[in-house]
Amino acid sequence: MTLVLPRETAVDGRFGPYGGRYVPETLVAALDDLTALYDAARSDPAFWDEYHGILRDFVGRPSALSDAPRFSAAVGARVLLKREDLNHTGAHKINNAVGQVLLAQRMGKRRIIAETGAGQHGVATATVCARFGLECVVYMGSEDVARQAPNVYRMQLLGATVVPVTSGTRTLKDATNEALRDWVGNVPDTHYIIGSVVGPDPFPRMVRDFQSVIGSEARRQVIERTGALPGTVVACVGGGSNALGMFAGFVEDPEVELVGVEAAGEGIDTVAHSATLTLGRPGVLHGSLSYLLQDADGQVLPAHSVSAGLDYPGVGPEHSWLRDTGRVRYASAGDREALDSFRSFTRMEGIIPALETSHAIAWIAAQAGQWAPDHVVLLCLSGRGDKDVAHVAALEGAPA
Amino acid sequence: MLEAAAESSDIVEVGVPFSDPLADGPTIQASTFRALENGMTLPRTLELVADAAIDRPVVLFSYLNPILQYGVERLVRDAASAGVHGILLTDLPVGGDAALERALGDGPLDLIRLVAPTTTSERLQASVKHAEGFIYLVARLGVTGASSEVAAGLEASIARVRAATTLPIAVGFGISRPDQAAAVARHADGVVVGSALVDVLGRDGVAASARFLAELRAALGPA
Repeated sequence: MTLVLPRETAVDGRFGPYGGRYVPETLVAALDDLTALYDAARSDPAFWDEYHGILRDFVGRPSALSDAPRFSAAVGARVLLKREDLNHTGAHKINNAVGQVLLAQRMGKRRIIAETGAGQHGVATATVCARFGLECVVYMGSEDVARQAPNVYRMQLLGATVVPVTSGTRTLKDATNEALRDWVGNVPDTHYIIGSVVGPDPFPRMVRDFQSVIGSEARRQVIERTGALPGTVVACVGGGSNALGMFAGFVEDPEVELVGVEAAGEGIDTVAHSATLTLGRPGVLHGSLSYLLQDADGQVLPAHSVSAGLDYPGVGPEHSWLRDTGRVRYASAGDREALDSFRSFTRMEGIIPALETSHAIAWIAAQAGQWAPDHVVLLCLSGRGDKDVAHVAALEGAPA
Repeated sequence: MLEAAAESSDIVEVGVPFSDPLADGPTIQASTFRALENGMTLPRTLELVADAAIDRPVVLFSYLNPILQYGVERLVRDAASAGVHGILLTDLPVGGDAALERALGDGPLDLIRLVAPTTTSERLQASVKHAEGFIYLVARLGVTGASSEVAAGLEASIARVRAATTLPIAVGFGISRPDQAAAVARHADGVVVGSALVDVLGRDGVAASARFLAELRAALGPA
């Protein structure tokens, strides 16, 4: 298939005022080189042929579009699922890892670094590094290393070195700091595969493009299945890569409602949440200007979510722009609702969704009765929940 | 501590703590978190500088976000009246945000620019063009922190910057011992010692830090 890349809305690496490159001088030359390389690759059919070949033969794309009959009946609308959980390694993260490893090859860089929260991006990166014979170092907060032991072992099995990060909040934010520190020290021979639509330009638009395969496939599949565009498209938002990848297929269709669901944690009236677009204000973290959870002094506040993949105080700069322009509506769902949806959706549909995805499911469930029965809701089922089973069992006090 | 620093230094750099110091190594990370736990903020940093009233130029060393939240124009005004002469922002490279760079550099403060080993000739020219005060040459790749050896090729890096500007050149990153400082000072106009001093201060206190600074000073020869 041919990928229809999203129309580029960034100007000089910025979406409206958001984005940019707020990084140490040491990294600027590498970002200039990466931008030049990516801009050339973006219009090179041979690059996309290679990318799509790997997505087809190694990742297993196109991913399926499933009806969700029992969940649809409960919601009172027709819910369709874009099955990123069926990808090799179990989530959308692999789409981006494949694209970036091809760029690293073109740059002749033999060492890859990455950050990871729950471990899905780390596993995806370790996987493509094994496939291409590259050295791989993954930074992971020590809290997450303890919570996600099976993914740590998966990465090690794939040949990656997992470095526990003990600074700051010991989660994804600090793993990202540590990966950036590594990059500043090793930039001539190292490529940093950022896992979401965050970081300095060109990462936010590059990662979006590599994830736009989700929306491009889904748009075609939904039209084939239903004869029309969906009414509402829903995705969870941490950094926001699965959401931007899905929205890319529909952002130019004004009649399609786009909804991003953030993690409300213990509630948006508490301090324990990750609802950056709902409660943050613009600031600079990890190389770009975007909405940010921060205190009055500009210190970044710790985020909270039951799902490690949404537990991040920042968000991709393009989301900030889509929020301000009103093109995307951002809502939130809490830990409790996500856990309830994790269990009920699994029993209704025979699919265990990732806890991240469960937030988007919870938002749809909360709209029950609001839509006409023939209203089509497209959900980005961003990943499978096998990684979360032990965690949820422990939270629920069930025998693991 | 500021008085002790002024005693042996020509310029005193004062760090503003930020929760996510991604250009700093373990020493400055640890001191940052200690400072934040003890309630240090940008306004309190400015008070500290004003109260110390040292007779040396003071350069604020910060990440961008605390400055943005404080307000750039307000910062320029308040820092200048607190006795700050210059500002150095780790995550605002030349050309990174033209409006912000103008707002910071056009007023009474010198916006100090950094040049790294990876800076291209084109960027070097852009960096020195609007530079004020001095050029901060980053001695090696990587984050702040002590190194056992001064980076290879440093002499050539200094010469490259020297050819592009008449401003004084200060070299930092990885310089922790008097012999290293002396070696760098043979080619550079200034030597920046940060992490090594914070190490001594955290471990042995202010008096030991003053002695350490005096040793560094002595190694550089007369002021």
